[in-house]
Amino acid sequence: MSKLRVLVGVKRTLDYMLKPRINPAKTGVDLTGQKMSINPFCDIAVEEAIRIKEAHKDRVEDTLVVTAGPSASEQILRQSLAKGIQRASLIDVGDKELEPLSVAKLLKATVEKEKSNLVILGKQAIDDDAHQTGGMLAAMLGWPQFTSASKVAFEGENVIVTREIDGGAETLSSPLPAVITTDLRLNVPRFANLAKVMKARKAPLGKSTPEELGVAIKNRLQTLSVEEPVSKRQNIMVKNVDEFVKTLKELKAL
Amino acid sequence: MSNVAKTLKGPLKSPRLAFCKLSLRRSLLPFAFPNINEKCLLPTKRFQVRSFSQSRFVKTSELTNNLKKIQSLEREVEEVDVCIVGAGPAGLGAAIRIKQAAAKIGKEIRVIVLEKAAEPGNHSVSGAVIQPTALDELIPDWRNEPPRHCTPVSSDTMKFLIPGMQFPIPVPPVLSNKGNYIMSLAELTKWLAAKAEELDVELYPSFAASEVLYNEDGSVRGVATNDFGIDSKGLQKDNFERGMAFHAPITLFAEGARGSLSKSVIQRFDLQKDSEPQTYGLGIKEVWRVPDENFRNGEVAHTLGWPLRNDTYGGGFMYQFGDNYVSVGLVVGLDYPNPYVSPASEFQRMKQNPFFAKVLKGGTCLEYAARSLNEGGYQSIPKLVFPGGALIGCSAGFVNVAKIKGTHTAMKSGMVAADAIVKAFNTDDVGKTLTINDYEENLKNSFVFKELYSVRNVRPSFHAFPFLGNYGGMIYSALDSYLLKGKVPWTFSHKKSDAAVTAKASSYKPIDYPKPDNVLSFDTPTSVARSGTMHAENQPCHLFDTRPNDRQDAYRLYKGVENRFCPAGVYEYVDDETLPTGKRFVINSQNCVHCKTCDIKDPLQGIKWKTPQGGDGPKQTLT
Repeated sequence: MSKLRVLVGVKRTLDYMLKPRINPAKTGVDLTGQKMSINPFCDIAVEEAIRIKEAHKDRVEDTLVVTAGPSASEQILRQSLAKGIQRASLIDVGDKELEPLSVAKLLKATVEKEKSNLVILGKQAIDDDAHQTGGMLAAMLGWPQFTSASKVAFEGENVIVTREIDGGAETLSSPLPAVITTDLRLNVPRFANLAKVMKARKAPLGKSTPEELGVAIKNRLQTLSVEEPVSKRQNIMVKNVDEFVKTLKELKAL
Repeated sequence: MSNVAKTLKGPLKSPRLAFCKLSLRRSLLPFAFPNINEKCLLPTKRFQVRSFSQSRFVKTSELTNNLKKIQSLEREVEEVDVCIVGAGPAGLGAAIRIKQAAAKIGKEIRVIVLEKAAEPGNHSVSGAVIQPTALDELIPDWRNEPPRHCTPVSSDTMKFLIPGMQFPIPVPPVLSNKGNYIMSLAELTKWLAAKAEELDVELYPSFAASEVLYNEDGSVRGVATNDFGIDSKGLQKDNFERGMAFHAPITLFAEGARGSLSKSVIQRFDLQKDSEPQTYGLGIKEVWRVPDENFRNGEVAHTLGWPLRNDTYGGGFMYQFGDNYVSVGLVVGLDYPNPYVSPASEFQRMKQNPFFAKVLKGGTCLEYAARSLNEGGYQSIPKLVFPGGALIGCSAGFVNVAKIKGTHTAMKSGMVAADAIVKAFNTDDVGKTLTINDYEENLKNSFVFKELYSVRNVRPSFHAFPFLGNYGGMIYSALDSYLLKGKVPWTFSHKKSDAAVTAKASSYKPIDYPKPDNVLSFDTPTSVARSGTMHAENQPCHLFDTRPNDRQDAYRLYKGVENRFCPAGVYEYVDDETLPTGKRFVINSQNCVHCKTCDIKDPLQGIKWKTPQGGDGPKQTLT
């Protein structure tokens, strides 16, 4: 049976409990001073990687967690190390904003460098809700993809994944290598044990840059404006159908 | 019958309850079982009862037994040199100072700081106008790279409010803020945390110290962090992690006002024996972002009068700083007798006064926070040192109420404790337990005690004169501030604790607070959402009611005071026809903003605030 070399990609986002605030210039979310944490779906991906390692001790050769972001992202890498991932690496992009295509390119370069054969990602990030990185990465690598996974199992050389789809659940299987993106029902992430957090504090982290990986970061999207969603819904009570039609015409809906 | 006398305290010393020995048995248990109908108890086994009413709550006994099993599990132990509970100005000030002083004498001292918030600063709440005395001593070049949003004070105003109007009143010399800075305490704490990490202090946020560990001789051995992954029945979940124990010769308690571990340590070593009971205030605030035309950078304003009545101490504040941020709030002394007062509602209606409304108009409310603060001052400072530990910062209580500042004294107390610790480590052998008596001695000779002594009569003067209430206090404080400056032979006393002062609801009429208009004033759920507070689901409730059976009588006497003093809507009396008063006491612990008011103001003194899982609670960044 082939050895598993697992790569987990994680993203640092605004903590999921906090309400995003729009900056005064209305060009984006105001993140100054706000608590940033690991994207919840990425946390589930980390947990799944650790569970695979624990269930298939002899088969898993290496687990690696990677993130592309500013140096402050080291914190989520250390948290993942404390939970049980063996190695961590930061792709330092400074303050640049990354689009999913750039992230997919960086991850592809990392997969090729690390010779990973199983990539686990969160299905989407809670800040952009793009849901693109997993699919793009699989396409670029030419690997099968299992998105929105709610159950992962191994049988011989194959990986069998149950996915959440609109109609219910779908079970697919394919031989490795593969890309899996996680959905909420896959697992409940564990808490980092304080003793392990203390050890992870001093653990060495791999570092690289987009240039070293041979990727040029180019942003194709320009944010024109960001606004709060309309919070007040207008409830207009009408007495009969005629008034209803009249109101719709006034609101230019008819 | 001696059990009866012990458990019935205060206004509930009613012989009527004495016959119900069954309910007394229940009240000896440490956890809440709010759904009990006292008259329908059918004891099946000792401490296990069946209730007739529909209950989705956990059987108290089951929870207790399960938790006991977990308590007997082994913990991993880490030996350190100094353990500090709480990463606030006092805790971090002490940590930084220890590392600085240790470097000077060429010694390695391992310092661990445990913090229950997800990130240092997330649970820090204050106005805040900071007097830089202690900061200048700790980090003299701090102004080169100040904390974010730090703004020098440009002007001081004081207003007396009446409904719809305000009058200027002179700013007493003690409140003059020349040379001070408006800052967000959360930002200052984050800034201090970064400095501490640079000096190699081991700072662990998201880990709450939940238990004090003792040696056989009764001295403090260290602390243990709380267990993760316990469900509401007390059973281990899949992601269960046992807490870790830290052993240190010296543990500093820097949890802030009414800290849970500090409270247990004060009780155990009887540290409050020679001092008066600590009294508290509840500060409730919001941080707004206002349009340019309303914003006056660096303006500090304090208000007295409306909406508080003459028998309720307190005042409002409005500080304008940073990037069009306005920090607006109200501090209410918790020694108010009227059980119908709701400090959170008073705060919401205070903003309707034109003095505040003018500034906040067109702005957006960003954050909401509430925290209790010490008001006892000099008279209430407990003994600070005990074998193996010491109290620093607001865990002891060094707030200068006349100046409305406590950060500089808290930081200084941490620094003095740090110096005493390093001096002890400089000797040959520290031993297993350190008692830093130098800390108490040196602090008494520092500006902290001198300041607190000089303003000791200001706060108690607000209830020292019968019938004059706040007006008496204002007159005396003016006299003291301009003329006497505390150089008098008398010291006013606080008389009673805040909980004991609560009077019966029958002496007062319910207060009709205006409905929130969602522009300037907001309802409790909206405000709680703004604090970012979250508590992991399916964990034991961190608010323990040790007197659940007396809540029916408490409702009869105080008509739901618990619902009103909590600024987050944690305590409720919901309709329940099966109970004698028709009301059932419910605790919604997931709303908790960690202010500790319930622990202070509960007239039964039954509610015990304990730390929830680490990382839970508010996530404030601008407060």
